[in-house]
Amino acid sequence: MSDSYVTPDGRTIGGKVLEMRNITLRFGGVVAIKDISFDIREGEIRAIIGPNGAGKSSMLNVINGFYHPQEGEIWFHGEKRKPMKPYQIAKQGIARTFQNIALFKGMSTLDNIMTGRFNQMKTNMALQMLWKGPAEREEVANREIVERVIDFLEIQAIRKTPVGALPYGLQKRVELGRALAAQPKLLLLDEPMAGMNVEEKEDMSRFILDVNDEFGTTIALIEHDMGVVMDISDRVVVMDYGKKIGDGTPDEVRNNQAVIDAYLGVDHG
Amino acid sequence: MFYREAGDYKTTYAEDSQTFPLKLDRYAYYTLLAVAFLVVPFVINDYWASAVLIPFLIWSIASLGLNILTGYCGQVSLGTGGFMAVGAYAAYKLMTSFPDLNIMIIVLLSGAITAAVGVLFGLPSLRIKGFYLAVATLAAQFFLVWLFNKFEWFYNYSASGQISAPTREMFGYEVTGPSASAPAKYMFCLVLVLGLAWVARNLTRGRIGRSWMAIRDMDIAAEIIGVNPLKTKLTAFAVSSFFIGVAGALFFAVYLGAVEVGEAFGIQKSFLVLFMIIIGGLGSILGSFIGAAFLVLLPVLLKNIMAGALGWPIDLAAHIELVIIGFLIMLTLVLEPHGVAQLWRVAKQKLRLWPFPH
Ligand SMILES: Nc1ncnc2c1ncn2[C@@H]1O[C@H](COP(=O)(O)OP(=O)(O)OP(=O)(O)O)[C@@H](O)[C@H]1O
Ligand SMILES: [Mg+2]
Repeated sequence: MSDSYVTPDGRTIGGKVLEMRNITLRFGGVVAIKDISFDIREGEIRAIIGPNGAGKSSMLNVINGFYHPQEGEIWFHGEKRKPMKPYQIAKQGIARTFQNIALFKGMSTLDNIMTGRFNQMKTNMALQMLWKGPAEREEVANREIVERVIDFLEIQAIRKTPVGALPYGLQKRVELGRALAAQPKLLLLDEPMAGMNVEEKEDMSRFILDVNDEFGTTIALIEHDMGVVMDISDRVVVMDYGKKIGDGTPDEVRNNQAVIDAYLGVDHG
Repeated sequence: MFYREAGDYKTTYAEDSQTFPLKLDRYAYYTLLAVAFLVVPFVINDYWASAVLIPFLIWSIASLGLNILTGYCGQVSLGTGGFMAVGAYAAYKLMTSFPDLNIMIIVLLSGAITAAVGVLFGLPSLRIKGFYLAVATLAAQFFLVWLFNKFEWFYNYSASGQISAPTREMFGYEVTGPSASAPAKYMFCLVLVLGLAWVARNLTRGRIGRSWMAIRDMDIAAEIIGVNPLKTKLTAFAVSSFFIGVAGALFFAVYLGAVEVGEAFGIQKSFLVLFMIIIGGLGSILGSFIGAAFLVLLPVLLKNIMAGALGWPIDLAAHIELVIIGFLIMLTLVLEPHGVAQLWRVAKQKLRLWPFPH
């Protein structure tokens, strides 16, 4: 495939942001990912789909450094990535959300999203102790960015609410907010719409499209809802039992016999 | 009705995150400061100083310290007594080795030495969590007390095995030693308390505080926003131990004057400070003060009522005190895990809106 392409809706997708080459990940005897290669390109919305246990979440965990594959290479922005800790990878501009919400339960919506700015805040401990001066200025500057995220996600009303007290759908939204606040180059979303009703799914789809559109953020997402996947993604990777069984535009994937077979066996609503 | 924010609008983000967002709270705070600085020093007597005020100030520092580690960063520690001992012995060695060194500098250096020791004992926290970390810090507690007993160098080979604080002055007033006056000791502790509370507040309100709370609430998610778990936990251990070391130095040099390590800094002290932050409020600056005030005042009160007014034997009063503390801890843990500070916050919230709850 050439280095860039134009989507049906006229967006130009750039070069490779991330490239997975022959990744194999084993847990003891279980092969969670088997020799998978694919790439994610600048500005695209890339979906990863597949039945339960296919290895999708494991793939995101490999990308953001929770899991270290036994074989294969990861190339980020044209450079081969050395084995790194998740927090180091975060500093490179990869943010994510989790399949099971992973918010900071003891903190408010605002504070949760402020934590997303951690990498961009630099004042040292001595200045933090003084507060007045650089530390306070930095806090206010970052608060402004966070307030824009809050406006964008339409969660102004729950700014000061402890996140533990929020309904599930809003928690998912706050978690997206925390990831967005980091202004990532690559955003990984693990089932951002799981457990949501139709209306909430529509909202979430809109946010994902808007993020991609307004900020040009490259997004990789895992999703079970085929309608949503086909609607919003540019290209789709299909996994089954740790193997890649399809890769291409939604239309190509839809008509791929291996994909159809995999999905006929398992019910996915 | 009178406690409200009428006309108290926040127009900037800086105002929105100030320490006392309400005017009334700010005035209450300034009044308290004025009384503490301008009234108390002139009326304080030895009884009030040694029974209530000075212990309250010193335990406030210790409980601020433990609250940073446990309440904000989620790392349970039962080593507080041992770390206070480090502060005390550091102060003693510094005072006796450098007689000309200013006492304020000695206290702060003692905090710094304790911070270094705290970091050392915090290293296992990367691997072990919760209950197991508590046990590891308990081991630190026993080890440190043993260490200061075992090696005579720490107490300058004195026959009694005790350390005692020589006289040191601040601005011409004696603050340590047998003839230091109550107002001087009180003022010395007060200045440190205010300075350190201010530091604690500033550290917990910004980037570093949020990284501590992130580790506390969910360490996996903390990592994906870029928080280095080891560095963050060790920072919490360092800052916390600094506070606790300062408290230990003051407890020895200003308050007791002479100590024997097992007696002054035993495991009971570790639990005492832990109870303070549980009752006062985990993850709350105000809660640290409330907890310290509570556990300093309670015994004084009970002693006066039960032994003084009712004429009960003193050891019975001590037992009842333990029962009451135990009961209160269970009560707070069950009813309001965020302690009295949270009850206060909720009550204020209600009061702000009363009588129109919507
Ligand atoms: N930490 C782990 N230890 C052992 N096995 C694991 C671990 N993580 C994942 N696995 C295994 O790897 C396989 C893939 O799991 P993964 O969570 O990646 O699937 P998934 O595609 O995200 O499924 P779902 O749609 O249910 O979320 C499963 O068999 C799972 O049991
Ligand atoms: Mg999954």
